[in-house]
Amino acid sequence: MSFINYASREINCKIVYYGPGLCGKTTNLQYIYEKTNPTAKGKLISLATETDRTLFFDFLPLDLGTIRGFKTRFHLYTVPGQVFYDASRKLILKGVDGVVFVADSQEARTDANIESVQNLESNLRDHGYDLRAIPYVLQLNKRDLPTAVPIEEMLGVLRYKDEPYFEAVAVKGIGVFDTLKACAKQVLIELSRK
Amino acid sequence: MGASDLIMYEEEFQKIKEVISKLRVDANANVVFLVDKNGQQIAATGDIEKLDTTSLASLTAGNVAATDGLAKLIGEREFSVLFHEGEKDNIHISIVGGKVILVVIFDERSSLGLVRLRVKRSSEELNRLFQQIMDKTERERAAGVASLESPFAEITDDDIDALFNE
Repeated sequence: MSFINYASREINCKIVYYGPGLCGKTTNLQYIYEKTNPTAKGKLISLATETDRTLFFDFLPLDLGTIRGFKTRFHLYTVPGQVFYDASRKLILKGVDGVVFVADSQEARTDANIESVQNLESNLRDHGYDLRAIPYVLQLNKRDLPTAVPIEEMLGVLRYKDEPYFEAVAVKGIGVFDTLKACAKQVLIELSRK
Repeated sequence: MGASDLIMYEEEFQKIKEVISKLRVDANANVVFLVDKNGQQIAATGDIEKLDTTSLASLTAGNVAATDGLAKLIGEREFSVLFHEGEKDNIHISIVGGKVILVVIFDERSSLGLVRLRVKRSSEELNRLFQQIMDKTERERAAGVASLESPFAEITDDDIDALFNE
């Protein structure tokens, strides 16, 4: 649910990074944070456990500049990936404008990826959203690992609709901005349709 | 998705700012701000220069969402007031009209009792204003008023690329 403020000429949109535990959602945000001009970003907030596992969410506000005189601001959130944090995950999807699904390419995580997409679909539905209609991008992360499953195989089981997909190595920043840009673009196009 | 978006108009925005400014003075508070349930800041007043209001807004919404979850678990509809007490500063969080979050930050120059009293009065006024905004949005949407047209109606790929190249 975007928030358009005609008084201060601002528009705020919310993008959520979803995916199984340890797939690299927080890493995506950390890379974006590191590489963004200090004037364009706010603080990166991580509500994590002592072992750096996301407990509630990470949050990064980004000011992307202006379109048609409107300040365009994206709020990026991650969800906690671990299965038992489902209640928190659902809360964070509230008011979402676009979703990035970060899949872990390792063979051993195939089932976790599939389960997480199903979980996303059902949690969105509980909020009245339809994954088929919402701006959505698939990121295949950890492509540099030797145990990475071939792309076609991953797309075969994970691709939900004709969403754009990107190969990524989030720790090195590969594919991180392409993914964000593709999602932001869909969100803005969706706004233009309203 | 579209129908539930919050659209803020100049006229109502000014009125909302007046209400929270008055609340800040009446409650002897340092900061008063309004956030929607998704963590987007709507308006703020007071000593906000030293505060990271964007983070504050997001964490407040997270806090309220988590507390809402707790409420449902024990069979309550919502906990409409949250209060965090610090050594010097305190935060009073309340839900207005089930939709918007009103946050008051105050120190020893005020008291919980005073804040609660003033918040209650302002909440009614804010609730009325937000209802007006919703009604107005609905009306204009139904009538297809041009002023409601999205500023992004004619967005191009170049516009979007430019955002990421800056």
